Amino acid sequence: MHNAAALCLGVALAGLGTAPATAEISAARAAALEHVVVQDCGSCHGLVRKGGLGSPLTREALAHAAPEALAAIILDGIPGTAMPPWRALLTEAEALWMAEYLLKEPAQ
Amino acid sequence: MIRFLAAATLALLVLAMPAAATEPRATGGLGLIVERATGSVLLVDRMAHETLARIDGLGDLSHASVTFSPDERHAYVFGRDGGLTQVDMLEGRIKARVMQAGNSIGGAISDDGALVAVSNYEPGGVRIFDAATLELVADIPSGGKTVGLVDLPNRRFAWTVWETGTVWLADLSGAAPVITDLGHAGLNPYDAVLSGDGRHYIVGLFGEKGLTLFDMWQDTPEPVRFLDDYGREDAEMPVYKMPHLQGWALTEGQFALPAVGQHALLWVERATLAQVGRTALHGQPIFAVAQPGSPYVWVNFALPHNDTLQVIDSRTHEVVTTLTPGAAVLHMEFSPRGHELWVSSRDGNRVFIYDTHSRTVKAELEAQSPSGIFFTARAHRTGL
Repeated sequence: MHNAAALCLGVALAGLGTAPATAEISAARAAALEHVVVQDCGSCHGLVRKGGLGSPLTREALAHAAPEALAAIILDGIPGTAMPPWRALLTEAEALWMAEYLLKEPAQ
Repeated sequence: MIRFLAAATLALLVLAMPAAATEPRATGGLGLIVERATGSVLLVDRMAHETLARIDGLGDLSHASVTFSPDERHAYVFGRDGGLTQVDMLEGRIKARVMQAGNSIGGAISDDGALVAVSNYEPGGVRIFDAATLELVADIPSGGKTVGLVDLPNRRFAWTVWETGTVWLADLSGAAPVITDLGHAGLNPYDAVLSGDGRHYIVGLFGEKGLTLFDMWQDTPEPVRFLDDYGREDAEMPVYKMPHLQGWALTEGQFALPAVGQHALLWVERATLAQVGRTALHGQPIFAVAQPGSPYVWVNFALPHNDTLQVIDSRTHEVVTTLTPGAAVLHMEFSPRGHELWVSSRDGNRVFIYDTHSRTVKAELEAQSPSGIFFTARAHRTGL
Protein backbone atom coordinates (compact mmCIF):
# COMPACT_ATOMS: atom_id res chain seq x y z
CA MET A 1 0.00 0.00 0.00
CA HIS A 2 2.64 2.46 1.07
CA ASN A 3 5.06 1.16 -1.49
CA ALA A 4 2.52 1.57 -4.26
CA ALA A 5 1.86 5.15 -3.22
CA ALA A 6 5.57 5.86 -3.09
CA LEU A 7 6.09 4.38 -6.53
CA CYS A 8 3.27 6.40 -8.06
CA LEU A 9 4.70 9.57 -6.61
CA GLY A 10 8.15 8.51 -7.67
CA VAL A 11 7.09 8.11 -11.27
CA ALA A 12 5.31 11.45 -11.14
CA LEU A 13 8.44 13.04 -9.73
CA ALA A 14 10.67 11.39 -12.29
CA GLY A 15 8.42 12.28 -15.17
CA LEU A 16 10.48 9.97 -17.38
CA GLY A 17 9.59 6.75 -15.64
CA THR A 18 9.94 4.52 -18.67
CA ALA A 19 12.79 6.24 -20.46
CA PRO A 20 15.72 4.01 -21.47
CA ALA A 21 19.10 4.54 -19.81
CA THR A 22 20.48 6.22 -22.90
CA ALA A 23 17.71 8.81 -23.16
CA GLU A 24 18.59 12.47 -23.24
CA ILE A 25 17.73 14.44 -20.13
CA SER A 26 15.81 17.60 -20.96
CA ALA A 27 17.20 20.92 -19.84
CA ALA A 28 14.30 21.43 -17.45
CA ARG A 29 14.77 18.00 -15.93
CA ALA A 30 18.53 18.55 -15.68
CA ALA A 31 17.91 21.72 -13.69
CA ALA A 32 15.57 19.79 -11.37
CA LEU A 33 18.16 17.02 -10.94
CA GLU A 34 20.87 19.55 -10.16
CA HIS A 35 18.58 21.01 -7.52
CA VAL A 36 18.09 17.56 -6.00
CA VAL A 37 21.88 17.00 -5.91
CA VAL A 38 22.58 20.31 -4.22
CA GLN A 39 19.65 20.40 -1.80
CA ASP A 40 18.54 16.84 -1.06
CA CYS A 41 21.81 14.94 -1.51
CA GLY A 42 23.27 17.97 0.28
CA SER A 43 21.23 17.17 3.39
CA CYS A 44 23.64 14.34 4.17
CA HIS A 45 26.62 15.06 1.90
CA GLY A 46 26.74 18.85 2.40
CA LEU A 47 25.74 21.63 0.03
CA VAL A 48 29.38 21.86 -1.07
CA ARG A 49 29.65 18.07 -0.98
CA LYS A 50 32.31 17.96 1.71
CA GLY A 51 30.31 15.31 3.55
CA GLY A 52 28.24 15.08 6.71
CA LEU A 53 26.49 11.97 7.83
CA GLY A 54 27.24 10.83 4.28
CA SER A 55 30.71 10.65 2.77
CA PRO A 56 32.27 13.53 0.77
CA LEU A 57 31.17 13.74 -2.87
CA THR A 58 33.67 16.27 -4.12
CA ARG A 59 35.30 15.60 -7.49
CA GLU A 60 38.51 14.81 -5.63
CA ALA A 61 36.77 12.29 -3.37
CA LEU A 62 35.21 10.57 -6.39
CA ALA A 63 38.28 10.78 -8.62
CA HIS A 64 38.54 7.05 -9.25
CA ALA A 65 34.84 6.23 -9.44
CA ALA A 66 33.15 5.01 -12.62
CA PRO A 67 29.90 6.84 -13.43
CA GLU A 68 28.03 3.55 -13.82
CA ALA A 69 29.14 2.45 -10.34
CA LEU A 70 28.02 5.75 -8.82
CA ALA A 71 24.69 5.50 -10.62
CA ALA A 72 24.22 1.99 -9.19
CA ILE A 73 24.81 3.31 -5.65
CA ILE A 74 22.32 6.13 -6.24
CA LEU A 75 19.67 3.70 -7.50
CA ASP A 76 20.16 0.87 -5.01
CA GLY A 77 21.76 2.55 -2.00
CA ILE A 78 24.35 0.93 0.25
CA PRO A 79 22.76 -1.66 2.55
CA GLY A 80 23.77 -1.30 6.17
CA THR A 81 24.38 2.43 5.82
CA ALA A 82 22.14 5.51 5.74
CA MET A 83 22.42 5.74 1.92
CA PRO A 84 18.90 4.93 0.65
CA PRO A 85 17.95 3.47 -2.74
CA TRP A 86 16.57 6.25 -4.97
CA ARG A 87 15.16 3.89 -7.61
CA ALA A 88 11.58 4.81 -6.75
CA LEU A 89 12.30 8.48 -7.47
CA LEU A 90 14.83 8.39 -10.32
CA THR A 91 15.24 6.60 -13.63
CA GLU A 92 18.51 4.88 -14.55
CA ALA A 93 19.23 7.64 -17.06
CA GLU A 94 18.70 10.27 -14.38
CA ALA A 95 20.96 8.47 -11.90
CA LEU A 96 23.68 8.28 -14.56
CA TRP A 97 23.20 11.98 -15.30
CA MET A 98 23.68 12.68 -11.57
CA ALA A 99 26.80 10.53 -11.40
CA GLU A 100 28.33 12.33 -14.36
CA TYR A 101 27.33 15.67 -12.86
CA LEU A 102 29.13 14.80 -9.63
CA LEU A 103 32.27 13.79 -11.53
CA LYS A 104 32.23 16.85 -13.78
CA GLU A 105 30.83 19.82 -11.88
CA PRO A 106 32.77 21.45 -9.05
CA ALA A 107 30.74 22.05 -5.91
CA GLN A 108 29.42 25.60 -5.68
CA MET B 1 11.47 44.17 -1.19
CA ILE B 2 10.81 47.83 -0.52
CA ARG B 3 9.90 46.93 3.01
CA PHE B 4 13.16 44.97 3.30
CA LEU B 5 15.23 47.85 1.96
CA ALA B 6 13.47 50.25 4.27
CA ALA B 7 14.20 47.99 7.19
CA ALA B 8 17.83 47.66 6.17
CA THR B 9 18.13 51.43 5.81
CA LEU B 10 16.52 51.89 9.18
CA ALA B 11 18.95 49.40 10.68
CA LEU B 12 21.86 51.38 9.23
CA LEU B 13 20.42 54.62 10.57
CA VAL B 14 20.00 53.07 13.97
CA LEU B 15 23.62 51.98 13.89
CA ALA B 16 24.81 55.40 12.79
CA MET B 17 22.94 57.32 15.45
CA PRO B 18 24.28 57.86 18.94
CA ALA B 19 22.84 55.49 21.50
CA ALA B 20 20.95 58.20 23.32
CA ALA B 21 18.82 58.91 20.25
CA THR B 22 17.87 55.27 19.68
CA GLU B 23 14.45 54.01 20.60
CA PRO B 24 14.75 51.18 23.08
CA ARG B 25 14.07 47.82 21.48
CA ALA B 26 13.24 44.38 22.79
CA THR B 27 14.35 40.99 21.50
CA GLY B 28 11.52 38.75 22.71
CA GLY B 29 9.68 38.99 19.39
CA LEU B 30 12.71 38.34 17.19
CA GLY B 31 14.00 35.31 15.39
CA LEU B 32 16.40 34.05 12.74
CA ILE B 33 15.54 32.17 9.57
CA VAL B 34 18.37 30.17 7.99
CA GLU B 35 18.80 30.60 4.25
CA ARG B 36 20.67 27.39 3.66
CA ALA B 37 21.96 27.84 0.12
CA THR B 38 23.27 31.39 0.42
CA GLY B 39 24.98 31.30 3.80
CA SER B 40 22.72 33.99 5.15
CA VAL B 41 20.12 34.41 7.88
CA LEU B 42 17.09 36.66 8.01
CA LEU B 43 16.49 38.62 11.18
CA VAL B 44 12.72 38.67 11.61
CA ASP B 45 10.17 40.33 13.85
CA ARG B 46 7.72 37.49 14.43
CA MET B 47 5.10 39.77 15.93
CA ALA B 48 5.11 42.26 13.04
CA HIS B 49 5.61 39.47 10.45
CA GLU B 50 8.50 41.43 8.99
CA THR B 51 12.04 40.83 7.85
CA LEU B 52 14.31 43.37 9.51
CA ALA B 53 17.62 42.47 7.89
CA ARG B 54 19.52 39.86 5.94
CA ILE B 55 22.86 38.93 7.48
CA ASP B 56 25.39 37.39 5.07
CA GLY B 57 28.68 35.59 5.45
CA LEU B 58 27.80 32.61 7.62
CA GLY B 59 29.25 29.90 5.35
CA ASP B 60 27.66 26.54 4.50
CA LEU B 61 24.32 26.50 6.31
CA SER B 62 23.00 23.16 5.15
CA HIS B 63 21.78 21.61 8.37
CA ALA B 64 22.34 24.76 10.42
CA SER B 65 20.86 25.34 13.85
CA VAL B 66 20.68 28.25 16.28
CA THR B 67 20.63 28.81 20.04
CA PHE B 68 20.24 32.06 21.98
CA SER B 69 21.90 33.69 24.96
CA PRO B 70 19.71 33.89 28.09
CA ASP B 71 19.17 37.65 27.58
CA GLU B 72 18.14 37.02 23.93
CA ARG B 73 20.76 39.47 22.75
CA HIS B 74 22.91 37.01 20.87
CA ALA B 75 22.26 34.10 18.56
CA TYR B 76 24.79 31.34 18.02
CA VAL B 77 24.56 29.87 14.53
CA PHE B 78 26.11 26.44 13.98
CA GLY B 79 27.03 25.89 10.32
CA ARG B 80 27.77 22.70 8.44
CA ASP B 81 31.28 23.88 7.56
CA GLY B 82 32.33 24.13 11.21
CA GLY B 83 31.60 27.84 11.47
CA LEU B 84 30.32 29.11 14.82
CA THR B 85 28.85 32.57 14.40
CA GLN B 86 27.65 34.94 17.09
CA VAL B 87 24.94 37.26 15.74
CA ASP B 88 23.85 40.41 17.54
CA MET B 89 20.03 40.35 17.44
CA LEU B 90 19.70 44.07 18.17
CA GLU B 91 22.30 45.33 15.73
CA GLY B 92 21.54 42.74 13.07
CA ARG B 93 25.16 41.88 12.40
CA ILE B 94 27.82 39.26 12.97
CA LYS B 95 29.66 40.03 16.18
CA ALA B 96 32.13 37.15 16.21
CA ARG B 97 32.84 34.10 14.10
CA VAL B 98 35.27 31.19 14.37
CA MET B 99 35.87 28.18 12.15
CA GLN B 100 36.04 25.68 14.96
CA ALA B 101 35.99 22.40 13.01
CA GLY B 102 35.73 20.97 9.50
CA ASN B 103 32.14 19.75 9.62
CA SER B 104 29.49 20.40 12.27
CA ILE B 105 25.92 19.50 12.94
CA GLY B 106 24.55 21.57 15.80
CA GLY B 107 25.10 23.07 19.20
CA ALA B 108 23.75 23.97 22.60
CA ILE B 109 24.23 26.64 25.26
CA SER B 110 24.69 26.03 28.99
CA ASP B 111 21.93 27.01 31.41
CA ASP B 112 23.93 29.98 32.69
CA GLY B 113 24.66 31.15 29.16
CA ALA B 114 28.42 31.03 29.70
CA LEU B 115 29.33 28.10 27.48
CA VAL B 116 28.45 27.16 23.90
CA ALA B 117 29.01 23.55 22.85
CA VAL B 118 29.28 22.43 19.22
CA SER B 119 28.82 18.89 17.95
CA ASN B 120 31.19 17.97 15.16
CA TYR B 121 31.29 15.38 12.41
CA GLU B 122 34.85 16.23 11.40
CA PRO B 123 36.99 15.76 13.46
CA GLY B 124 34.15 14.44 15.62
CA GLY B 125 33.48 15.03 19.28
CA VAL B 126 32.36 18.21 21.01
CA ARG B 127 34.12 21.52 21.41
CA ILE B 128 33.04 23.97 24.07
CA PHE B 129 33.53 27.72 23.81
CA ASP B 130 33.27 30.79 25.98
CA ALA B 131 29.94 32.28 24.89
CA ALA B 132 31.24 35.85 25.18
CA THR B 133 34.55 35.53 23.35
CA LEU B 134 34.19 32.26 21.39
CA GLU B 135 37.52 31.14 22.83
CA LEU B 136 37.98 27.39 23.15
CA VAL B 137 37.31 26.11 26.69
CA ALA B 138 37.32 22.34 26.18
CA ASP B 139 37.93 19.92 23.31
CA ILE B 140 36.36 16.50 23.88
CA PRO B 141 37.03 13.90 21.18
CA SER B 142 34.41 11.18 21.35
CA GLY B 143 35.48 8.65 18.75
CA GLY B 144 33.05 9.59 16.00
CA LYS B 145 30.40 11.88 14.59
CA THR B 146 28.38 13.59 17.30
CA VAL B 147 24.58 13.69 17.22
CA GLY B 148 21.88 14.70 19.70
CA LEU B 149 23.89 17.30 21.65
CA VAL B 150 21.77 18.87 24.41
CA ASP B 151 22.32 21.15 27.40
CA LEU B 152 21.47 19.89 30.87
CA PRO B 153 21.08 21.90 34.07
CA ASN B 154 24.23 22.95 35.97
CA ARG B 155 26.58 23.53 33.04
CA ARG B 156 26.29 20.04 31.64
CA PHE B 157 25.95 18.68 28.11
CA ALA B 158 25.08 15.23 26.78
CA TRP B 159 25.60 13.79 23.31
CA THR B 160 25.69 10.54 21.38
CA VAL B 161 28.13 9.13 18.83
CA TRP B 162 26.81 7.83 15.47
CA GLU B 163 29.51 5.19 14.90
CA THR B 164 29.82 3.75 18.41
CA GLY B 165 26.38 4.40 19.90
CA THR B 166 27.99 5.70 23.08
CA VAL B 167 26.27 8.43 25.13
CA TRP B 168 28.53 10.94 26.87
CA LEU B 169 27.89 13.40 29.68
CA ALA B 170 30.18 16.39 30.25
CA ASP B 171 29.95 18.31 33.52
CA LEU B 172 31.56 21.75 33.38
CA SER B 173 30.34 23.02 36.73
CA GLY B 174 33.74 22.52 38.38
CA ALA B 175 37.27 23.67 37.74
CA ALA B 176 37.93 20.94 35.16
CA PRO B 177 35.44 19.18 32.87
CA VAL B 178 34.29 15.77 34.08
CA ILE B 179 33.40 13.43 31.19
CA THR B 180 31.31 10.31 31.85
CA ASP B 181 30.44 7.39 29.56
CA LEU B 182 26.73 6.69 30.16
CA GLY B 183 26.67 3.51 28.14
CA HIS B 184 25.56 2.20 24.78
CA ALA B 185 22.34 3.50 23.20
CA GLY B 186 22.29 1.14 20.20
CA LEU B 187 23.35 0.89 16.56
CA ASN B 188 23.79 4.15 14.62
CA PRO B 189 21.92 6.67 16.75
CA TYR B 190 20.74 9.47 14.42
CA ASP B 191 19.53 12.07 16.91
CA ALA B 192 18.52 12.56 20.53
CA VAL B 193 16.35 14.90 22.54
CA LEU B 194 15.90 16.02 26.14
CA SER B 195 12.47 16.51 27.69
CA GLY B 196 11.82 20.09 28.73
CA ASP B 197 12.01 19.18 32.41
CA GLY B 198 15.54 17.90 31.87
CA ARG B 199 14.64 14.39 32.88
CA HIS B 200 14.52 12.10 29.85
CA TYR B 201 17.25 11.96 27.22
CA ILE B 202 15.90 9.86 24.36
CA VAL B 203 18.09 8.53 21.58
CA GLY B 204 16.64 7.50 18.21
CA LEU B 205 18.29 4.61 16.36
CA PHE B 206 18.77 4.14 12.64
CA GLY B 207 20.77 0.88 12.70
CA GLU B 208 18.19 -1.14 14.63
CA LYS B 209 14.64 -0.91 15.86
CA GLY B 210 13.81 1.00 18.98
CA LEU B 211 14.90 3.98 21.03
CA THR B 212 16.91 4.32 24.22
CA LEU B 213 15.99 6.45 27.21
CA PHE B 214 18.24 7.78 29.98
CA ASP B 215 16.75 9.19 33.19
CA MET B 216 19.03 12.18 33.73
CA TRP B 217 17.57 12.81 37.18
CA GLN B 218 19.31 9.65 38.38
CA ASP B 219 22.80 9.89 39.86
CA THR B 220 23.92 7.23 37.39
CA PRO B 221 21.70 7.32 34.29
CA GLU B 222 21.49 3.99 32.51
CA PRO B 223 20.22 3.01 29.04
CA VAL B 224 16.65 1.70 28.89
CA ARG B 225 15.49 0.34 25.54
CA PHE B 226 11.91 0.70 24.37
CA LEU B 227 9.85 0.23 21.18
CA ASP B 228 12.24 -2.61 20.37
CA ASP B 229 10.01 -4.17 17.76
CA TYR B 230 7.95 -1.35 16.33
CA GLY B 231 6.53 -2.11 12.92
CA ARG B 232 8.53 -5.24 12.32
CA GLU B 233 5.62 -6.64 10.37
CA ASP B 234 5.77 -3.74 7.91
CA ALA B 235 8.06 -3.51 4.90
CA GLU B 236 10.91 -1.07 5.39
CA MET B 237 10.88 1.97 3.15
CA PRO B 238 13.89 4.00 2.07
CA VAL B 239 14.84 6.76 4.51
CA TYR B 240 15.45 9.76 2.24
CA LYS B 241 15.95 12.03 5.21
CA MET B 242 16.70 11.28 8.85
CA PRO B 243 13.97 12.25 11.31
CA HIS B 244 14.78 14.97 13.82
CA LEU B 245 13.92 14.51 17.45
CA GLN B 246 14.57 18.08 18.55
CA GLY B 247 11.32 19.91 18.95
CA TRP B 248 9.61 16.57 19.52
CA ALA B 249 6.18 16.25 21.02
CA LEU B 250 5.42 15.39 24.62
CA THR B 251 1.72 15.77 25.18
CA GLU B 252 -1.05 14.02 27.10
CA GLY B 253 1.62 12.07 29.01
CA GLN B 254 2.84 10.58 25.74
CA PHE B 255 5.89 10.91 23.53
CA ALA B 256 5.01 11.28 19.84
CA LEU B 257 7.96 9.77 18.00
CA PRO B 258 8.67 9.51 14.25
CA ALA B 259 9.04 5.91 13.02
CA VAL B 260 12.17 5.37 10.93
CA GLY B 261 11.50 3.90 7.48
CA GLN B 262 7.75 3.97 8.02
CA HIS B 263 4.97 6.40 7.33
CA ALA B 264 3.90 6.54 10.94
CA LEU B 265 3.99 8.37 14.23
CA LEU B 266 4.35 6.19 17.33
CA TRP B 267 2.75 7.09 20.65
CA VAL B 268 4.53 5.97 23.81
CA GLU B 269 3.23 6.41 27.34
CA ARG B 270 5.86 8.29 29.26
CA ALA B 271 5.29 6.51 32.58
CA THR B 272 5.56 2.95 31.23
CA LEU B 273 7.39 3.36 27.87
CA ALA B 274 4.70 1.15 26.34
CA GLN B 275 3.40 1.89 22.85
CA VAL B 276 -0.17 3.12 23.15
CA GLY B 277 -0.86 4.08 19.56
CA ARG B 278 0.31 4.31 15.98
CA THR B 279 -0.88 6.92 13.50
CA ALA B 280 -0.55 6.17 9.78
CA LEU B 281 0.71 9.29 8.02
CA HIS B 282 1.15 10.78 4.57
CA GLY B 283 4.92 10.13 4.52
CA GLN B 284 7.91 9.48 6.73
CA PRO B 285 7.81 12.07 9.51
CA ILE B 286 10.77 14.38 10.05
CA PHE B 287 9.64 16.73 12.83
CA ALA B 288 6.73 16.04 15.19
CA VAL B 289 6.11 19.11 17.33
CA ALA B 290 3.43 19.78 19.91
CA GLN B 291 1.48 23.01 19.49
CA PRO B 292 1.84 24.77 22.87
CA GLY B 293 -1.39 24.97 24.85
CA SER B 294 -3.19 22.37 22.76
CA PRO B 295 -3.57 18.61 22.19
CA TYR B 296 -2.26 18.90 18.62
CA VAL B 297 0.98 17.66 17.10
CA TRP B 298 2.16 19.03 13.74
CA VAL B 299 4.28 16.82 11.50
CA ASN B 300 6.29 17.41 8.32
CA PHE B 301 7.73 14.77 6.01
CA ALA B 302 10.72 13.49 4.07
CA LEU B 303 10.73 13.72 0.30
CA PRO B 304 8.87 12.90 -1.88
CA HIS B 305 6.08 13.89 0.53
CA ASN B 306 7.69 17.07 1.80
CA ASP B 307 5.10 19.52 0.50
CA THR B 308 2.68 18.46 3.21
CA LEU B 309 1.94 19.01 6.90
CA GLN B 310 -0.40 16.93 9.01
CA VAL B 311 -2.00 17.78 12.34
CA ILE B 312 -2.74 14.93 14.76
CA ASP B 313 -4.88 14.99 17.90
CA SER B 314 -2.90 13.39 20.73
CA ARG B 315 -6.11 12.32 22.49
CA THR B 316 -7.41 10.23 19.60
CA HIS B 317 -4.18 9.71 17.58
CA GLU B 318 -6.17 10.70 14.50
CA VAL B 319 -5.11 13.03 11.71
CA VAL B 320 -7.39 16.04 11.91
CA THR B 321 -5.99 18.13 9.04
CA THR B 322 -3.68 17.74 6.05
CA LEU B 323 -2.16 20.93 4.63
CA THR B 324 0.05 21.56 1.62
CA PRO B 325 1.95 24.79 2.26
CA GLY B 326 4.50 24.51 -0.56
CA ALA B 327 7.48 22.68 -1.98
CA ALA B 328 10.05 21.16 0.38
CA VAL B 329 8.76 22.07 3.82
CA LEU B 330 11.83 21.73 6.02
CA HIS B 331 11.02 23.20 9.41
CA MET B 332 8.31 24.51 11.72
CA GLU B 333 8.56 26.89 14.66
CA PHE B 334 5.69 27.82 16.97
CA SER B 335 5.31 31.16 18.63
CA PRO B 336 6.07 30.51 22.31
CA ARG B 337 2.41 30.24 23.27
CA GLY B 338 1.34 28.50 20.12
CA HIS B 339 -0.96 30.97 18.40
CA GLU B 340 1.16 30.94 15.24
CA LEU B 341 3.28 28.41 13.38
CA TRP B 342 6.02 29.50 11.00
CA VAL B 343 6.73 27.03 8.20
CA SER B 344 9.69 27.15 5.81
CA SER B 345 9.17 26.07 2.20
CA ARG B 346 12.69 25.67 0.83
CA ASP B 347 11.76 25.28 -2.82
CA GLY B 348 8.89 27.76 -2.60
CA ASN B 349 11.34 30.38 -1.28
CA ARG B 350 8.71 31.35 1.27
CA VAL B 351 8.01 31.24 4.96
CA PHE B 352 4.31 30.78 5.70
CA ILE B 353 2.79 31.99 8.95
CA TYR B 354 -0.19 29.91 10.05
CA ASP B 355 -2.89 30.88 12.47
CA THR B 356 -2.88 27.62 14.43
CA HIS B 357 -6.50 27.88 15.47
CA SER B 358 -8.01 28.38 12.01
CA ARG B 359 -5.03 26.51 10.42
CA THR B 360 -4.92 29.07 7.62
CA VAL B 361 -2.03 31.15 6.31
CA LYS B 362 -2.27 34.67 7.68
CA ALA B 363 1.02 36.04 6.32
CA GLU B 364 4.09 35.04 4.36
CA LEU B 365 7.65 36.22 3.94
CA GLU B 366 10.08 35.87 1.07
CA ALA B 367 13.26 33.98 1.83
CA GLN B 368 15.98 32.25 -0.22
CA SER B 369 15.86 28.47 0.30
CA PRO B 370 14.72 28.84 3.91
CA SER B 371 15.30 25.96 6.32
CA GLY B 372 15.47 26.34 10.10
CA ILE B 373 13.37 28.97 11.90
CA PHE B 374 14.44 29.90 15.42
CA PHE B 375 12.70 32.34 17.78
CA THR B 376 14.51 33.93 20.71
CA ALA B 377 12.12 32.28 23.20
CA ARG B 378 14.28 29.17 22.74
CA ALA B 379 16.71 30.91 25.10
CA HIS B 380 14.52 29.92 28.02
CA ARG B 381 14.06 26.25 27.24
CA THR B 382 16.24 23.43 28.51
CA GLY B 383 17.59 20.94 26.00
CA LEU B 384 17.56 23.12 22.88
